Amino acid sequence: MPDHAALPFSPVLLLLVVPAAAIPVLAVVANYRLSAALNILACALTLAVALSLPFLPRVRGDLFIIDDFNIFLLVLTTFVGFTTSVYSASYIGHELDTGRLTPVLLRFYHSMYQAMLGAMNLALIANNVGLMWVGVEVATLATVMMVGTYRTPEAIEAAWKYFILGSVGIGLAFFGTVLTYLVAAKVLGGGVSAMAWDLMVQNASRLDPSLLSLAFVFLLVGYGTKVGLAPFHAWLPDAHSEGPTPISAVLSGLLLNVGLYALLRFKIVVAGNPGAINVGAILIVLGIVSLLFAAFMLFRRRDIKRLFAYSSIEHMGITTFAFGVGGPLANFAGLLHMSMHSLTKSAIFFAVGHIAQAKGTQRIAKISGLSVTHPALALGFALGVIAIAGLPPFGVFMSEFLLVSSAIARQPLLTLVFVTGLLVAFAVLLLRLHGLLFGAPTGKSERVRASYVPLFIHLVLVLIAGLWLPNVVVGWFRGVAAMLG
Amino acid sequence: MPSLWFDIAHLFAGGVLVLSLVLLYQDRVTAAINVFALQAITLALSVGWQAFIQSEPLLLVTALLALTVKGFVIPTALHRIVRRLDIHREVEQVIGGGATMLAGLALVALSILLLQPVGGGGDVVSHEDIAFALGVVLLGLLMMITRHNAVTQVIGFMSLENGLILAATGARGMPLVVEISVAFSVLIAFIVFGVFVFRIRERFDTVDVTVLERFRGERRDQA
Repeated sequence: MPDHAALPFSPVLLLLVVPAAAIPVLAVVANYRLSAALNILACALTLAVALSLPFLPRVRGDLFIIDDFNIFLLVLTTFVGFTTSVYSASYIGHELDTGRLTPVLLRFYHSMYQAMLGAMNLALIANNVGLMWVGVEVATLATVMMVGTYRTPEAIEAAWKYFILGSVGIGLAFFGTVLTYLVAAKVLGGGVSAMAWDLMVQNASRLDPSLLSLAFVFLLVGYGTKVGLAPFHAWLPDAHSEGPTPISAVLSGLLLNVGLYALLRFKIVVAGNPGAINVGAILIVLGIVSLLFAAFMLFRRRDIKRLFAYSSIEHMGITTFAFGVGGPLANFAGLLHMSMHSLTKSAIFFAVGHIAQAKGTQRIAKISGLSVTHPALALGFALGVIAIAGLPPFGVFMSEFLLVSSAIARQPLLTLVFVTGLLVAFAVLLLRLHGLLFGAPTGKSERVRASYVPLFIHLVLVLIAGLWLPNVVVGWFRGVAAMLG
Repeated sequence: MPSLWFDIAHLFAGGVLVLSLVLLYQDRVTAAINVFALQAITLALSVGWQAFIQSEPLLLVTALLALTVKGFVIPTALHRIVRRLDIHREVEQVIGGGATMLAGLALVALSILLLQPVGGGGDVVSHEDIAFALGVVLLGLLMMITRHNAVTQVIGFMSLENGLILAATGARGMPLVVEISVAFSVLIAFIVFGVFVFRIRERFDTVDVTVLERFRGERRDQA
């Protein structure tokens, strides 16, 4: 195939090779300390490759592409993947002690972790829209297995629901992908090049608008399920609350982003065609619906991990709204929000995981007085919640502020609704935070060997982004925002 | 292309769709597995025929994969699972068989109406195939919704995937790498299912997924 000539063995492929090589190794290593260390090592290597990408020439082939958009997400994904692997090492130590995980399960857990990260990298670097689909599918199946790790009735229910809904979503996304190919094949001729995303964008205005619009509807429902947009979100809270907490962190921080990334790639194609449906309007509606729905659902949550799962739906709604509004400023805010949410939400899950271990429960009502019993953990948790609620000086405040100020000029009424949703979510989160931190400590309270480094690194990054965004990053986001139209 | 060639393509693709409808009202798990196997074989014939009329020998690989994996390997494995779970004699209550069939017919009509008008011209075979494929996909969805048994739910899902393969092969010149990865991911999905169906059985003593609902989310908190 000629396209391989355009892409000889480049470092890009290491993003796939490293996780792929780690899977069999981790599957056989019995010692859990060693396998956790190897897991960290594999993640660190992948991160190093991703960090080198900005300094390498951009490449494109019919199968893979590296451009500014995916470099930013690759760095984010591999970074959070790396910090989560560090966190996971201390988390699983405790789970082994309490007997919730067995060494055999752990081998499986580590291989699946690498499978998921590798699949997400595949989805991110794919130029071929079919390959992108394969990446999302494999990542989904790997996380299904991980959500079911604990084998409690709840975990099995959650994994089964995730499996069924995820499969349906992914099936519809594939149908959309085939339709897109049909549309592109009429213009580009058949074969591999008709599935190349960049060629579709270049020829977007010549594509058949009606079939393209239909294709986008399927892609929206399909990948929208992965993003967790209401009303396709039903799998998300269960999957987040029943699996091991490192998985909740990567699900929220990374997999949802990958789904949105896929959707945005197709948005660029459809937006390039004047006759096709107005994608922006659809994204605005879905974003606002998700935000409002999740904000009000936050009230009735009794499980701490479910609380933050709904908060993820809320933030994916905010990001989707931002990209729906479009334009340089709103897109910039959307990109910033995507990265801030990833960092903050995974930090929160790091803290929540240890809190649940310390108190032996995930029920909000049974946790209180953390500031007395676990001051350091409580501090990290409080900072994370304050950041995700959108208080200054954290980065989430920055992105939400930018978004509201750019949207209010174009959609004043909708922005009012949007701000209402933000405020409701803000109120609930602070209310819950108060209950968890203060008051007399109740229930059991064990000491945990918590790993604070990943937690505070994320928080410091979010803080820095809120105070001062480096010019390089600003320039980078501007470039990507322009690309998103 | 002689019109007979087109008619044969039509026959096979239509056959896949009709078998999807047949699948809807199967109330025995073993019968559902057999119908699914038959659908996969018809799909393989359809793909093989496409390989011939599109003169794309590579499509034969897809056809062969569909035939072996979905026509034989998965149904055999399903039969074994069902026997090990001891539900091969069970009769599942199909809720409102008549209503489901009507809904199924409506979905087929919908998919044809949806895809007929768009992008006229092009080639007729792929157009028909895509419309049929959408019908198969939607019927698979319908089956997943109306069933309570984990095994029949997954059969619904696998028949949905048959629709995806039909769509992929109907699209002329679709790269082989994509089709192979679809087949591959179906296999992984099947393994995932195989793992979970036994876990469900182990925890709940049944594969009726309505029992799982009791453990949904926060419901246990109220107890």
